[in-house]
Amino acid sequence: MDRSSLPDLVCPAGSLPALKAAVDNGADAVYLGFKNDTNARNFAGLNFDEKSMVEGIRYAHDKGCEILMAINTFPQAGRVDDWRNAVDTAAGFGVDAIILADVGLLDYASKRHPNQRLHLSVQGSATSYEAINFAHREFGVRRAVLPRVLTLAQVEHVIKNTPVEIEVFGFGSLCVMNEGRCWLSSYACGESPNTVGACSPAKYVKWDKQPGQMETRLNGILIDRFADNEPAGYPTLCKGRFEVQGETYYALEEPTSLNVLEILPEIIKIGVKAIKVEGRQRSPAYVTQVTRTLRAALDALTNERERYHVKPNWQAELSKVSEGNQATLGAYNRPWR
Amino acid sequence: MNQGFTIPKFQLPGFVARLGHKLPQWPHAVALTTALNAAVKMKLLPEDSLAAFDGKTFLVQVLDTGGQAAFTYRGGFFRPLWNPVGAPDLAFRANLSAFLQVASRQEDPDTLFFNRELSIEGDTELGLIVKNMLDAIELPQLPKFPLSLPFGQR
Repeated sequence: MDRSSLPDLVCPAGSLPALKAAVDNGADAVYLGFKNDTNARNFAGLNFDEKSMVEGIRYAHDKGCEILMAINTFPQAGRVDDWRNAVDTAAGFGVDAIILADVGLLDYASKRHPNQRLHLSVQGSATSYEAINFAHREFGVRRAVLPRVLTLAQVEHVIKNTPVEIEVFGFGSLCVMNEGRCWLSSYACGESPNTVGACSPAKYVKWDKQPGQMETRLNGILIDRFADNEPAGYPTLCKGRFEVQGETYYALEEPTSLNVLEILPEIIKIGVKAIKVEGRQRSPAYVTQVTRTLRAALDALTNERERYHVKPNWQAELSKVSEGNQATLGAYNRPWR
Repeated sequence: MNQGFTIPKFQLPGFVARLGHKLPQWPHAVALTTALNAAVKMKLLPEDSLAAFDGKTFLVQVLDTGGQAAFTYRGGFFRPLWNPVGAPDLAFRANLSAFLQVASRQEDPDTLFFNRELSIEGDTELGLIVKNMLDAIELPQLPKFPLSLPFGQR
């Protein structure tokens, strides 16, 4: 198997140094967003202005790496033009694909920029081939990013029944995975990825250090309490510990990271076209570590697929940057559907 | 997998911090603010981030050296705070090795935060702006740990 038959490695960038780190460490594509709420990682100081975007696109293209632009939030009432402008700007910059979630925006982009390659975002919440084929038929979508809720067998079933390329997540923090439909953050602070482009916006987060422990509050609501030596997670409601019928525990989900190194050969076998790394909010150091590790694992599959085994240093590198105590295969290997 | 010298995780012995606490703290603040002002002058720090810092107070505390730097940003300059009163708007606390690992882009601050090696207290959004600002700085070359040269690691 040569490298061209491997899935693309799609890596995150929240800044120009992160983009360069992804390109330099073997990403086939880098995804990024504008400095505004048209993308789901709208955090203060993160993302690209026009100048850094132009430089980033040039840097990536010079080295044969694609740029995918995430415009993956939902246009808010009265401000639809902000999202349309983002699509126009991205198309004007010559990005290789625009990642969209909103059906209205997909319609706009496909009519206004008929030659622009469009991807269906994970935020579009399409888990069935019927939904994906609809996006293909109506808007010419060429690739869909699957929500992290399907088993490997279900992913294979989707792939067998669609002409659309399928991209799956390969590494990164997990949440409740109700992508594109989650309002938990709004429950606590009135703002969520779908409305402002950020889950648990930082202005609502308070880490309160006390003797022997740290409390995490989201808009004043106590969501977790960590002992001094206990690992912490992102301050989201889904990862909080709550008292339920007299017991305090992770009632929704424990902070966990997805890591597919173990099942990489199976992912390739079923025909996945791209593997995505989560984490545009992370630093260039994270992008470097995760990109080079997954690149090494994928490259190991080019010539010794039968002898592929997960090297301990890959796992060590990935588990170091993981959120939470455990890395899992997520939904890919669960026995129930 | 790292090329060249990597900064290991370490913790200095307790007496260093006990001694460090007794030393004057102003040189740390002067050194740090001088470096930050140089970065401002070189236009390495974006103006929208700096605008968010105006009038805010910061504390950087190196736990295992016992050193700390308190400073503020006002009127376009970072300035040492000689007698900080009350809680700072934003405090970063970590051991020396963690700060060095972040400064050299060897480790991701989120990783260190998850592992409880870096603590961020106060105005979380301000902390995020600082983190993202530092991440976005285009360094001509990643800083090299000075000790790497004598050891001939490169």
